[in-house]
Amino acid sequence: MSQLFTRQSSILAAVSFVSLMVIAGSVNAQSLQVKQWAASCSACHGTDGYSEGGMASLAGQTKAELIQKMNEYKSGKRVASIMHQLSKGYTDEQIEQISAYFASLPVEKAAPKKTK
Amino acid sequence: MQRREFIQLVGAGAAATTLVGCATTNIDAKGAKVLVIGGGYGGATAAKYVRKFSNYTADVTLIEPNQNFISCPLSNLVIGGSKKLEDITVSYEGLRKNHGVNLVRDSVVSIDVAKKQVRLAGGASLFYDRLIVSPGIDLTYDKLPGMLAPNAQNEVLHAWKAGEQTIGLRKQLESMKNGGVFAISIPLAPYRCPPGPYERACQVAEYFQKNKPKSKVLILDANDDVTSKPGLFKLAWSRRYAGIVEYRPKHSLTDVDVKGKTLKFEFNDDIKADVLNVLPPMRAGSIAVKTGLANMNGRWCEVDFLTFESKVAPNVHVLGDSIQIAPGMPKSGHMANQHGKTCAAAVVAILSGADVNQLPVYNNTCYSFVSSQDVVHVASVHQYDAAKKTMVTVPGSGGVSAAANPLEGEYAHAWARNIWADMLV
Repeated sequence: MSQLFTRQSSILAAVSFVSLMVIAGSVNAQSLQVKQWAASCSACHGTDGYSEGGMASLAGQTKAELIQKMNEYKSGKRVASIMHQLSKGYTDEQIEQISAYFASLPVEKAAPKKTK
Repeated sequence: MQRREFIQLVGAGAAATTLVGCATTNIDAKGAKVLVIGGGYGGATAAKYVRKFSNYTADVTLIEPNQNFISCPLSNLVIGGSKKLEDITVSYEGLRKNHGVNLVRDSVVSIDVAKKQVRLAGGASLFYDRLIVSPGIDLTYDKLPGMLAPNAQNEVLHAWKAGEQTIGLRKQLESMKNGGVFAISIPLAPYRCPPGPYERACQVAEYFQKNKPKSKVLILDANDDVTSKPGLFKLAWSRRYAGIVEYRPKHSLTDVDVKGKTLKFEFNDDIKADVLNVLPPMRAGSIAVKTGLANMNGRWCEVDFLTFESKVAPNVHVLGDSIQIAPGMPKSGHMANQHGKTCAAAVVAILSGADVNQLPVYNNTCYSFVSSQDVVHVASVHQYDAAKKTMVTVPGSGGVSAAANPLEGEYAHAWARNIWADMLV
């Protein structure tokens, strides 16, 4: 009985491990996609949205805030020199994912990664 | 029975994992070697972002002959006199210090695609798993015989690669007499930086207006019309620089009399000027031409826009000004920066067994200084079209400034600070 229980646990563990790996795989692919989309903003707004000055920092703004701003640029409600033209090139889904990415980052930039 | 079931499940699990192609919870490029040739807007960005996107697990080496990066965007301000070369110069050191990119100060003389090796001018050979080639452009003088004479290219400058020639052209303008003529010749598109020649004409015109008011700027364009921001540039020439700038389209240059300071054209009269600035036809950087990567008429490199992998060389990616561009895609520094990140994401996906992004989306933003203060922009958004297998501009996106304005002058400088840091810090 106890042996059977162990076996069932192993099966369950194996199944959940596999599911996790499958999810992790698609999350990774998706996150590289989202990272590429978000990185398209970084040319002007700084790597990971940490501005070097003169442009808004995107990192650490809330997702709702970023989505609202982009939608207002799209509709023309928010006046801009350039963002009304660039915002129209991104779909609602892309804006949502990009906003979630920048919202997930801390407001302050972390220290540079250690080199090898 | 139960045991068999367990084995079957594990078996199915292994198959599922293989299908997804990524068995770890984090992207891991497992120390794969990525070589990047060329530290301009495309290559420097790619080097940094392969490290970043791979969670610092790819081994990245940037091969670049120059000690520092010097920006082509904003270099017209050095020619106009409102900036110095040091203002547009950034060290490569940040890539090493902050991102662990190996810096090799050398240039590549050959690529062995079969052995996955590049040979350096210094003699060493380097192995790669993936090679990223971002060699910029070469200037071609073979159809301008006068420019092939000894020393001709030191007298008639292009200043289309920022550095010595930028300073050289500035000096020629400084020593020109008041009442002299500056003539700039523009090749047929595509060439690096579509609005660049027109911005340069504005910068020289402003310098003349303030310092040598009797002087003239002549723009001799092989194209049928101004190739970028035409309305905004023409307005600047007719209002700000009335009587100074003259624009002449359909002027296809056939030769240069260097000693006589004269430009010769296919259908138009010769033009003599005091300072000649010849932008000859351009093609992909010489290493791309020499190795056959420039498979489109020996000029530009055809790539798969999902990965930037060359259409003729496996494991070799090409980006920046040297590629055969997609419709509506300019050869600009900003665009090369976007290529760099998209290519980096794809290279990291391939090296770590993840799926390659099937929908790249990125943008172009290009500011042009019509004076030392006032700026106009052109912007566009580009996304992958799976049916056409190329990048297309997103309908309804993009546009130009309503008018030249100083606020965008501030943004242009902020753009430079941010993009240089995005590439190099």
